[in-house]
Amino acid sequence: MYDLYRENILDHGMNPRNRGILSPADVDYEASNPLCGDRLRLTLQLDDQRRIRALAWDGEGCAISQASASMLGEVILGKSLDEVRQIDKQLIFELIGIPLSMNRVKCALLSLKVLTVALYGLGAWQQIEDEAEA
Amino acid sequence: MEAQPITQEWDVEHVRSEFPILHQMHHDDVPLIYLDSAASSQKPRVVIEAIDQYYRTYNANVHRGIHKLSEEASAAYEAARVKIRRFINAGSKREIIFTRGTTEGINLVAQTWGRSSLRPGDVVLSTQMEHHAIIVPWQIVAEQTGARVDYVPILPDGTLDQDAFRQMLRTLPVKLVALTYVSNVLGTINPIAEMTRIAHEAGALVLVDAAQAAPHLPVDVRALDIDFLAFSGHKMCAPTGSGVLFGRQTLLEAMPPWMGGGDMISRVTFSGSTWNDLPFKFEAGTPLIAEQIGLGVAVDYLTALGMDRIHAYEQKLADYLLDRLTDIPWLTVFGPASAQRGAVAAFAVDGVHAHDVAAILDQQGIAVRAGHHCAQPLHSILGTAATARASFYLYNTLAEVDALVEALYHVRKVFGASRH
Repeated sequence: MYDLYRENILDHGMNPRNRGILSPADVDYEASNPLCGDRLRLTLQLDDQRRIRALAWDGEGCAISQASASMLGEVILGKSLDEVRQIDKQLIFELIGIPLSMNRVKCALLSLKVLTVALYGLGAWQQIEDEAEA
Repeated sequence: MEAQPITQEWDVEHVRSEFPILHQMHHDDVPLIYLDSAASSQKPRVVIEAIDQYYRTYNANVHRGIHKLSEEASAAYEAARVKIRRFINAGSKREIIFTRGTTEGINLVAQTWGRSSLRPGDVVLSTQMEHHAIIVPWQIVAEQTGARVDYVPILPDGTLDQDAFRQMLRTLPVKLVALTYVSNVLGTINPIAEMTRIAHEAGALVLVDAAQAAPHLPVDVRALDIDFLAFSGHKMCAPTGSGVLFGRQTLLEAMPPWMGGGDMISRVTFSGSTWNDLPFKFEAGTPLIAEQIGLGVAVDYLTALGMDRIHAYEQKLADYLLDRLTDIPWLTVFGPASAQRGAVAAFAVDGVHAHDVAAILDQQGIAVRAGHHCAQPLHSILGTAATARASFYLYNTLAEVDALVEALYHVRKVFGASRH
């Protein structure tokens, strides 16, 4: 059995970085994982070069969904939108660092879903989501 | 799963060995000859065992639980969806909606797309060879929306009148063409690719009832360019209660949900709700988990045998069946020549009602269906209230065709006519 709640997930899950709501925001989007009720809202501010100058997460959910948002936020802060576009599921799995079962994968990917749909639309997210399909 | 090459000979005895039910006596000393697969097919051992295994080892609700059993059930259920996506070559697993069968799939389209898109005067164009599962849902929506349903006539040879079809598309405000791929009575295989192309040129969408097609021949929704396609699991080696509606993603996304409940929502408050993503938007409530997993196993089984090989073998059965039946002077076979039909034949015996035909065949171990086969309007055109129907599948043999013909002579004898 893997230790699902290893230290850095508990740390990010219980003390998520960049919590709150930015106002004004250049991007403001919320999505949920209806199967377990996780909810996540992302607000972003961009600078002149369309880099992510500031971001904040708001919402509620399990330690996995909140930790993934917290860690993803640290990764994308300061990055350009082109760089953010390259992020895939694999990065999230690496951040989480432990194997996830199917239903928990949905928790882990909620943050990437919110980010991707907010910036590039639902079609872009569906592409990412389908990547692993055999 | 790798399909066997079409050139490899069909080993029907091996196929039969996979179906436990076929190896029993129908009555004392009378073995079973099952010729009613168009109503419901028999199930191979792998499907029966998959259901058994589900209930014995990982029965749990899907998409909800965090526990291991729910994970296993969810993974198997979603794996079945991916198998079916490949089986019909859909572009995305989001286009695969699990239903209880063909009828539910058609009703879903009728009550969501139909109810929100049809306006008074619009036409849903169906055909005279349809099953009640196509006719009735669209009649209900017509009543609700003020649209009307029209029917492409059939020709005396049991094929659709393609000239009339073109003419109706030119002159009527047709929004949807709703028709069967293979007739469950006549066996007619309709030219779906060509009819879909013509319908799209006229600006109409196309819904295909593939209940009698998906079990028997390769179906490729992208090559056919179909908008909606529905089929049932239980006619293709899978459990009753399994089934699929395919819909083009852009259409499904724009459609309102059908049934409300758990799993289909995104967020629910007392003042309103928002809908989950595809395909879950159309899958309210706990689904038929064991059954759809069983359908995935059935699809693996059929795919391994090869759908083109199954179709080729059944064409052989159809050729022989038609040859033998048309030789009988006091018997009328309905439907087209064998090149344009599946291995199914509805027929009438002069002077003997279809129910009596079926009852005497049953005494001889042969299971056929008798009645109007859920196609009353078609039977009124054929000029008979009821027919007997023998329908064949991958496990039937040429010898069973002979046994049927032999038994029909016995029917004739019981009813007192001399043997021709």
